[in-house]
This record gives sequence, C-alpha cells and structure tokens, in this order.
Amino acid sequence: MNIDNIKKQFPIFNNKVHNNDLVYLDSANSSQKPQVVADRIYDFYTKEFSNVGRSVHYLAVAATNLYENTRSMMQKYINAKDPNEIVFTKGATEAINLVANTFGQKFLEEGDEILLTELEHHSNYVPWHYLRKLKGIKINFAEINNDGEITIESIEKSITPKTKMIAITHLSNVTGAILPIKEITSLAHSKNIPILIDGCQGAPHLKLDMQDIDCDFYAISCHKMYGPTGLGVLYAKKKWLEALPPYQGGGGMIREVKKEGISFGDLPNKYEAGTMATAQVIAFGESIKFLNQIGIENIEKHESELTKYGEEVLRKNNSVKLVGNPKNKGSVLSFTLDGIHAHDIATILDEDGVAIRAGHHCCQILHDKLGLTATARASLGVYNTKEDLDKLNESINNCKKIFDR
Amino acid sequence: MNLKELYQEIILDHGKNPRNLKKTENFNKDAKGHNPLCGDKVHVFLKIDENKNISDISFEGSGCAISMASASIMTDLMKEKKENEVKELVDDFLKMIKDSPEMKSKIISDDEKTKLMSLSGVKQYPMRVKCATLAWHTLTSAMNNSQEEINTEKFD
Repeated sequence: MNIDNIKKQFPIFNNKVHNNDLVYLDSANSSQKPQVVADRIYDFYTKEFSNVGRSVHYLAVAATNLYENTRSMMQKYINAKDPNEIVFTKGATEAINLVANTFGQKFLEEGDEILLTELEHHSNYVPWHYLRKLKGIKINFAEINNDGEITIESIEKSITPKTKMIAITHLSNVTGAILPIKEITSLAHSKNIPILIDGCQGAPHLKLDMQDIDCDFYAISCHKMYGPTGLGVLYAKKKWLEALPPYQGGGGMIREVKKEGISFGDLPNKYEAGTMATAQVIAFGESIKFLNQIGIENIEKHESELTKYGEEVLRKNNSVKLVGNPKNKGSVLSFTLDGIHAHDIATILDEDGVAIRAGHHCCQILHDKLGLTATARASLGVYNTKEDLDKLNESINNCKKIFDR
Repeated sequence: MNLKELYQEIILDHGKNPRNLKKTENFNKDAKGHNPLCGDKVHVFLKIDENKNISDISFEGSGCAISMASASIMTDLMKEKKENEVKELVDDFLKMIKDSPEMKSKIISDDEKTKLMSLSGVKQYPMRVKCATLAWHTLTSAMNNSQEEINTEKFD
C-alpha cells in the first residue's frame, strides 16, 4: 500500500499550517476527507439534488436509490444480515441516545442496572445517565486494570442479576485498548443481557463483522471513517428494531396518521424521521468505497505498525509518559510530559504544524481514575507515516526546550 | 505577538516562578475558579484593609502555563489597589483579551501594560482565552463575596 498515493487523495495536505506541512494526528477526533467524498457532496447538490423517499419525480427516485445504495454498502461493509438493520442517525451520539431512550422506555424499571466501563466516552455514559432520573436505574462501571485495559474478568465481576444492558467501547479513545467484544458479547448473551458496542474508534480502523461479533447494537461515527460530519450509523439486530418504539416522530417514519391515532412505518423508516442528512449519506458511500479500495486489513496492518513505531519513539523520549499499556492496542497514543500541561503542549505543537488533541477527550471518568486532569493525544489515520511520528517527537522536544530554559 | 513568543515571555517571567503562589495569612475574602475543559484550578485569597485597599493578594492552583502566568501577573498588579481600581482593571483586561487592541486604564504604568498585553496572544486562540481570564473572573467573585465557584463554562 502506497501511503504517498493515499495521502494525495486528501486535499487538506496541500495546505500549510503556520507555514509548516500539516502533520495531522487527530483522527480519533475526526478524520480528514478524501477528494471523492467532498466531490460527491458538491455533485449531489449541483447535479442530482432532491429529497428522498417521498416524491416520485426523476430526481427523487434517483436520489432515493443513491441513498439506499449507501445503506446496502454499509450492510456489506459490516456484514449485517439485512440492510434494514442499518439506521442512519446524525452521529454515533444519536445512535446511542436512540438505544438508551427507546430501550429504557420499554424495558427498564427502577433498580435495573446498566453496565458500562471506565473507558467510556461521555457519549456512551450521558445518554444512560438520563435514565437514572427518569427510571431510577443504576449505572455500574467495570474497572480498568493497570494497563488501561478492560478484561473479560472485569466485565464478568461487574454483572449482577439486575444488569439489563452492557454498553462498552470497542476501542478506547484514550488508552487505545481494544476490548474482546466478541467474548464479552458471548458472556452477555449467556446471561441473557443485550450488548451495545460504541464503535466510534473501532469502525474506522478494524475489520467488522456484525454476524460474527453477534452484538445487539453497534454505533458508528461516519466522520471518523473519512466521511462527512452530521452522520452516524446504528446497527441493530432486526428483532430489536422491531421490538423497540420509535425514537423521534415526524414525516417519513409513519404509515398512517389520523386524528385519533398513528401507525408507524416499516424498518428502517421507523427510525428515520424527517429529512435525513441526504448528501452526507450519499457521500458516505464514497468513504466506504475508499476504505474498500485500500482494504481494511491493509489499513489495520499499516496503522498497527505505525502505532508500534510511535510507542517505540515516544518510549525512548525520557520526558514522555504514555497513558495505558494495553496488549491489544489501537492507533491512539496518549501521553503526558512532566511539568507541562497538555493544552500548552498542543498549542506549541500546533505552531510546528502538528495537530494533536489535548484535554480529557470526553473521558472524565477515566481521567479521574488515572489521576490526570488532561492528557495529550496523537491518533492515527490511513494517511499517517513514520515521518509524522518523528515530527511529533521532534516537536515534543521543542516544547521541552521552551519550558526548560 | 505570536503564541510562541507569548510562551517564551510568560514562561521566562512567570510560568516557572509564579509570584504570590501561597495562601495569604488572615485573608478576609476568597473565591475558587475552575476551567473544566482544561482542568485549570485557581483559588484567589484577598486581604482587604479598613480603607478598602488590597493589602495582600495571593493564589493557589494548578493548570496550564497561561492560566498560571495570568494569575501571577494579576496578583502582582493588584497589590495596594483600591476596590474600585480592581474593578476598572479587571474590566479593562477582559475587554483587551476580548476585542480591544490595548489596555486603556490610566492607573497602571506602561511597563505593567506591556506585561498584561503579553497575554493578548491568546486572542487568536478562542479555546485558550478562558485560561487567561480564569483568575480575573475568580478575583471578581472574591471581591463580590460570591460563594459560587467560578466555572469558565458559564461565560461566553
């Protein structure tokens, strides 16, 4: 796989940042977009635009076919059984809110428990938190070990007879730990508990097979997969989408509306109320094509090599402390520098054109556990190279120099 | 001033060696401030005498270099100032950080103005403005005897 050719497909890298080449190490936050995705949005709006699923004119039919085509592509990409198990949402956050809200409404009662982990992003905690007040449920957190991992034992220990849902991340956006989701799913099912996987960091980097993992729900963020913002995907087993009530009401999701009552539409329309992010869905089809052309196995291999290289380089740098040391690690390198606050690191690195994230990365529970207020995080995408990680290290040394004077 | 220059200046001057980083003995006013996005924390202590002068001011806290330097510069500046002068200076500083090109106040020296202006580099970085203003909002809170902890997320 030729990274130069891949990088050339991303026009953002033609720009300079503070007169430096851009070293983009913030893909866990959001990935950059290939030209084909940007072009697809432009072409759709300028040549093919229509709302989908409603009118019967030429443009509407063509747009509806394009929109549904992305659904089928996504179904194949994650090997779901049925295209109707793919629901488009405004993001992974909405996907998790949809499940928490509808599952909570229908199946949870006072005293029931939800099991999360200490690694969870706020988007896989806050939606469940609402149910504390609404339903009087309890939230438990499976604990991380010293390496910043969640083991199957830690999940098993935290399951109680009252656990009604397990909701866990696939890949920690801070420690990089990849969770044994297939084993955890099988454990959950052996106790008759449904499981939701927050796949925001999993989907862009790892091969996915919903039928193999067998999870009940899997939430995906499209803008982290080289796709447009404002779009997410909820994979849910058909039995759940049929059993759960609709999330939002509006046009497009109904069958019949009378003064005395309403009946709801079939899947997937039941969960897609109102005009959806049509252009984004259609452009996201190009992201899937882009990923398929390179091959997710090749991306996994490339990013895993880079992560190992990054760990090596940063471990050799005595002032850097890596956060977490998981055996099975995704392409996230979180770190601290003695005596320098993460926001100062990020601001100084930015002057060198090195874009990283600083803060708690929407994981305050984890940072509290680690006793840190903020960490700096370099995260990788398909376009990154070893040179980017050398540049990161060089820029960290610059930062040290400024503070050590 | 670009940000790198800002860092070099404030770190040389205040970041490594913050002034007034202690708890004033017999303080009679204090307030806490917190910037949850960055984790910056500051606790400002004041001793105000019978003539409404600040006879001593100090702070405790932890956070990024900008927040610590800003608290250090501010506490230096406010010593021996009268209550109404404190208000004038805080307003002037917050305006300067927001949109004004300079400090307008006549009660501080050119030297002090230059020092404060060194923090104006954060203007280009809206995410970092809160780091520079946290101590100043917290000082106002202490002056007003407000019991509520200052939280930067409540400001625009």
